[in-house]
Formats: sequence, C-alpha cells, structure tokens
Amino acid sequence: MRHLIEPEDFTLEEIEELVDTGLKIYENPRDYQKICDGKILASLFFEPSTRTKFSFDSAMMRMGGNVIGFADADTSSTKKGESLADTIRVMGYYADVIVMRHPKEGAPKLASQYSSIPIINGGDGGHQHPTQTLTDLITIKRFKGTISGHTVAFCGDLKYGRTVHSLIRTMARFGTKHFYLVSPEELRLPDALKRQLVDKYGVELKEVVYLEEVIENIDILYMTRIQKERFFNEADYLKLKNSFKVTREKIKTAKPDMIIMHPLPRVNEIAYDVDDDQRAVYFEQSEMGVYVRMALIAKLLEVGPYARG
Amino acid sequence: MLEVKGIENGLVIDHISAGNGLKIFNRLFADTEYPVVLLMNVSSQIIGKKDIIKIENVFDVDLDLLGLIDPRITVNVIKNGALVDKVKARIPKTIKGGLQCQNPRCITHTDDYAIPEFKLLKANGKMEYECSYCEEITVYKL
Repeated sequence: MRHLIEPEDFTLEEIEELVDTGLKIYENPRDYQKICDGKILASLFFEPSTRTKFSFDSAMMRMGGNVIGFADADTSSTKKGESLADTIRVMGYYADVIVMRHPKEGAPKLASQYSSIPIINGGDGGHQHPTQTLTDLITIKRFKGTISGHTVAFCGDLKYGRTVHSLIRTMARFGTKHFYLVSPEELRLPDALKRQLVDKYGVELKEVVYLEEVIENIDILYMTRIQKERFFNEADYLKLKNSFKVTREKIKTAKPDMIIMHPLPRVNEIAYDVDDDQRAVYFEQSEMGVYVRMALIAKLLEVGPYARG
Repeated sequence: MLEVKGIENGLVIDHISAGNGLKIFNRLFADTEYPVVLLMNVSSQIIGKKDIIKIENVFDVDLDLLGLIDPRITVNVIKNGALVDKVKARIPKTIKGGLQCQNPRCITHTDDYAIPEFKLLKANGKMEYECSYCEEITVYKL
C-alpha cells in the first residue's frame, strides 16, 4: 500500500508517469470514466479548501467512484475530542482511499501510520501540499513540453507558502538548476530549505526584491499570495504588496512563451487584465489538477492504467 | 586547593563545560540514593574550567543525553579503585522522546499518538534536529 504524504514518497519516474497519465486522461477522459466504479474516496477536510477538495471530489466522480467526508472539522467527531488515529482507523472500513487536509503539520504522516488504506496529503499547515506540486508539474509539462530545464521565478510569500516549498524541492530533484526568488525580506525562503537545495541538488538561487530585475530571463513565473497577517504592521504590508503584483506593464519585456502560474486563490497579486494574456495559465492549472489527481487516485487504488496483472 | 577523594566503584563524568554540571546533576542524579559529588569550576588544561561528577555504585549513564548536553564529556568507569573503561559522550544521530518539536504548528503538540523522532542535521556549534512529522528544525537546549 502506498501513501502520498510528501513528493519524496514517489520516485521521479513515478511522478513523471503520473503527469503523463494525467495528460492522457485530459486528452481522452471518456476512457477512464468507469475505472473507479464501486470505489469510495473519503474526503476529510479538517480545515476549509475550495480547489483541492472539489478537484479531488470531481476526480473521483469522473472515474465513476463515490465520495464521502466532511469539509469542516466541526462536523466530525474531532469536535468531540476524537484522536486523528481513531478517525483514520475507522475510515478504513468505510472507504478505499483518503484525502485529508489538516491545520497541523505532520498530521497526514501520523494518519498514514494508522491507516489500512492509502492516504493522500491535501495540505498540512505550512508544510507540504504534494498534489499541488503534481498539479504544477502537469501544467508545466502541458505548456512547456518538459518538466525540467526551465528558469523559474517564485514570487510573493516564499516563507510560509507550502506550495512553493514542495514545488521547488521537486523541481530541484528533476534537475532544474536556476531559480529566482522574488520576495520581501520578511518572506524569504526558509534558510534550511535554501541550504538543502544548494547542498543536495546544487541549484543556483538568486534572491531579488523586484520582479522587473529578472522578468526578461524567466520561463516560468510562479506567483503566490502575500497575506496581510504575515506582516508586523499594516504600513509594511501596504508598502510592499504592490511590489509583488504582476501587471501587463511588468510583463511587457517577458519572453513570449513564458507562463504565469498561481496555485490560487489570488487576491490582488495578479491584475485582472493579465488574465487575457496568453501567458497566463493559472486557470488551466486548476483544471489540470483534476486530471493529475485522477491519475493519482488510480495509482493508489491500482485501477485503470495502474491495474495489476 | 579543594580535594575530593577518588571513588572505589562507579563513574567519573569529566570534561563537563563549567556551568553544565549542575544541570546534568539535576537531570540525571537528583533522586539518587548513592553518594555523589559535584565539582564545579575545576581548572582544566583542555577546556579552561570544567565541572566533574563522581557517583558511587552507578555504571549506567545515558551517553546520548550527555552528548546532547556537552559532546566533549568523557565518562570514566571505576571498579575496585581502578580505571577500567573510558568512553566519550556521543551526539545521537536520532532522538525519540525527550525532545519537543520547536514548531508550534506541529501535530506532536496536540496528538498523543504523535511521538516525534528527530534526525541530526548539523552538529557543529548548535545541534540541529529535524522533526520526523513536520520537518522543522529544533535546536537542542538543556
């Protein structure tokens, strides 16, 4: 039995295969609409989510499976004080695979230690979000042709953004060597992660404060939301928030085949008039999340293209 | 010069950085029923000033814990008044229990099932351990 708690749970070959399977499903979804017939996904969201929860629900339903679960811990036995381990043990009798989001970091790992069915981490605090990483990779492959070999800029909140942490580590594993880190000083990528990227994968990280300094050189611009509550005072937030905003003006000198990604939700970090630019792919990114999650569920359940024998 | 006689059977925990002796004593030997001596601020050619603990009739000590507190510590095993073994404290590569994750958002703070295991990442200067659940770094402090 396999779980997906962090991207490192899968080899690079497995990740690439999931991405390729997701692209095949995207091209011919009808071929896969019955492969989860009779299977149940438990969707346990201990904190709110829009895209992750609904894309998993949609993924399961598009393969003919069913979904049970909750979207708020207040409607589960957790409210009565039940331990996570007990909730997970019982779910093993009701479902075939679990996707969970939890505010505590490491909760999905704990769940995997007590589960009789596969666990998928749908986000744990500021720690990991591996299925967003899969979503990002399938988007990159769809629009850029390959997963690695691009110059990537991450922009915004790089300190608390779990999507950035999971993705940058995985891209480094795939051999991507050049990253620009565009963020206010307060929200820089954590030192431990930077050390790991440089020491283990030999990547070149360049930290800058203004996107304009690097926009001409990049192939992929990955935007994240800067949250007001991350700042010590409102004045700093107001001063900085527009420095990390993408506008039509700012991308004028960017490569014509650069892509702009964002895990969503966005607030004001991408101006609405950028949506019509052909380089903006963030809505398609959300779309691709469904297909790669279909591939993931199929792999963990060993059905369809992953059926044994 | 203050003199303390040697022990016949037991342990001499030597080369404790000055100031750490009392912390080790409180942590490991505060409840002991055996004779124990704590020497503080003794001159040392190697580390300047050091603390020493001598304890009778005890032969087992947690070398990992000593290593966490002070990796320069040496433990002399004395039997019938003679030195029979000399071992160095060691910095543990992994720790399970006894260390709390410094990340307040970690599941280990709220779920009794989650007992963190820490993996040593760095040991020069401060000892940095990675939590097996949240992967955040915890620096060991006595």
